[in-house]
Amino acid sequence: MAEYTDTELMVTRAAQELRNGDTTLVGVGVPNLACNLAKRTHAPDLEMIYESGTIDSNPSKLPLSIGDPVLATNAQSIVPMRQGFGYYLQAGRIDVGFLGGAQIDRYGNINSTVIGDYNDPKVRLPGSGGACEIASNTRKTIVITPHSKRRFPEEVDFVTSPGYLNGRESREKLGLRGGAAHCHYGQGGDAVRRRRRDVRPLSPPRRDGEDGPGSHRMGPSVCIQSWGDTAPRRGGDRSYQERARPERVLHRLSTSIMN
Amino acid sequence: MSKVTDMRGAISSVVDDGETIYLGGFTHLIPFAAGHEIIRQGYSDLNLVRATPDLIYDQMIAAGCAGKVTFSWAGNPEVGSLRPFRRAVEESVPNEIEIEEYSHFGLVSRLAAGAQDLPFLPLRTFAGSDYPDHVDTIRTVENPFDNGIGEIPVVSPLEPDVAIVRAQRADVEGNAHLWGILGEIVEAAFAAETVVLSVEEIVDRDVIQSDPNRTSIPNTVVDHVVEEPYGSHPSYAQGYYDRDNEAYLEWDQRSETHESTKEWLDERVYGVADRAEYVERMETNRLVDLQPRSNYATPIDMGGY
Repeated sequence: MAEYTDTELMVTRAAQELRNGDTTLVGVGVPNLACNLAKRTHAPDLEMIYESGTIDSNPSKLPLSIGDPVLATNAQSIVPMRQGFGYYLQAGRIDVGFLGGAQIDRYGNINSTVIGDYNDPKVRLPGSGGACEIASNTRKTIVITPHSKRRFPEEVDFVTSPGYLNGRESREKLGLRGGAAHCHYGQGGDAVRRRRRDVRPLSPPRRDGEDGPGSHRMGPSVCIQSWGDTAPRRGGDRSYQERARPERVLHRLSTSIMN
Repeated sequence: MSKVTDMRGAISSVVDDGETIYLGGFTHLIPFAAGHEIIRQGYSDLNLVRATPDLIYDQMIAAGCAGKVTFSWAGNPEVGSLRPFRRAVEESVPNEIEIEEYSHFGLVSRLAAGAQDLPFLPLRTFAGSDYPDHVDTIRTVENPFDNGIGEIPVVSPLEPDVAIVRAQRADVEGNAHLWGILGEIVEAAFAAETVVLSVEEIVDRDVIQSDPNRTSIPNTVVDHVVEEPYGSHPSYAQGYYDRDNEAYLEWDQRSETHESTKEWLDERVYGVADRAEYVERMETNRLVDLQPRSNYATPIDMGGY
């Protein structure tokens, strides 16, 4: 039986959300791991765009930052950030944005700026980076963060990146792109899970058109919430059975990617 | 006309206390050698602007150079926090600093407005976020055209007093070739009043003119040229040396307290005369490990006419 950490579990589960042929703008941290895992396993045609301006990166090893030289070598194209954010992201050419966040509220608004008052913060976080424009301009945004009560307040302390603000209609009113489907993944506790049956409930079949509003209990400590976009996707998709299985990808994670 | 000088001379002639400084480069080609020279020369009350303050502004903040930091993502990539930045913001150590923040596209758009001498630039970012409530240079204007969007956020231009940017190679006049991740380097060079260009190597003008599409920074905007091999370490120069990821991890420990950070500065910044001595003191094995294999692009044929 494979041993794995909560973070590895989050990475593998998040990777399953990416489909072969998706164009994704890859954020720093766990999203970077998940996108690279997906590309090495079930989604070899995943087009990874980084905010540093590398378009369709094909890294020979795991990039240790989002501006790593392995993202540049063998990329399809490298453009200035202004062009990557402008011609690609702002113009609506990116399917999926993949973000982390310290707080996420019930409308999918994300805070990665401060905990507490902006002018007298309890904790100063890194800030937006590209998150605000990613959440504003991709067709779908996936948020990955560990599950804990403090990360899911009723209202975030600061809206770094807009979700649905205060209701379903509010994105459209502000001219924000995407009928974003915000999915929160994670799990409580730091225990290292050892048994395969803890993993299986994390892997429900999800077919196109199934992302209706709702909240699904996925297992004793894991919850997925999603709503929004049900439009057909661009590019091909493999059936769920062909997509990444945690036990397999964890093995690959340790042998082929973490080099 | 040659604009070549050394880093000490370039910094002392362009930097003054209280100025707005932009050290360009997104992960790639960060001008660490220039930042260390600014620390050695003891400037203070600078408005340090960068998309990612990275380790270089962390070091400059700890050394007391900063009065303000303007940024869009303040973290140590894939490692954690920038501890000296947070100490300054949360505890005013070693001094109080003001902060001003944007998203990446917001900050890059400010540079682009400055580079083009525009009064503002519109962008599809910030609507619905809390940034406009806290940052006066992000506002909203009415779209004068009837084409689908009523109001749109705009940002004001940013024109730094000084930009220090790096490239792999340039001629003595400051025509520079860059490759790999370009980030916001070109926008910063065109937006700033005065520009110091620091390169891995100075090459003949023929080399630059053989591939004019690669000349992203022209001599028109460059005031000083400095040849500074390994001038970006622990950041990197594509094709010359890799990012020193170990150094980014080590910084997290070495910067744990203000005292331990000062020890690091004494050792690596105040304790060396210049970048050449900094490189001499590096372990040989570490330098060797950072050398990439060669991987040449296929030459293009510009044609002779």
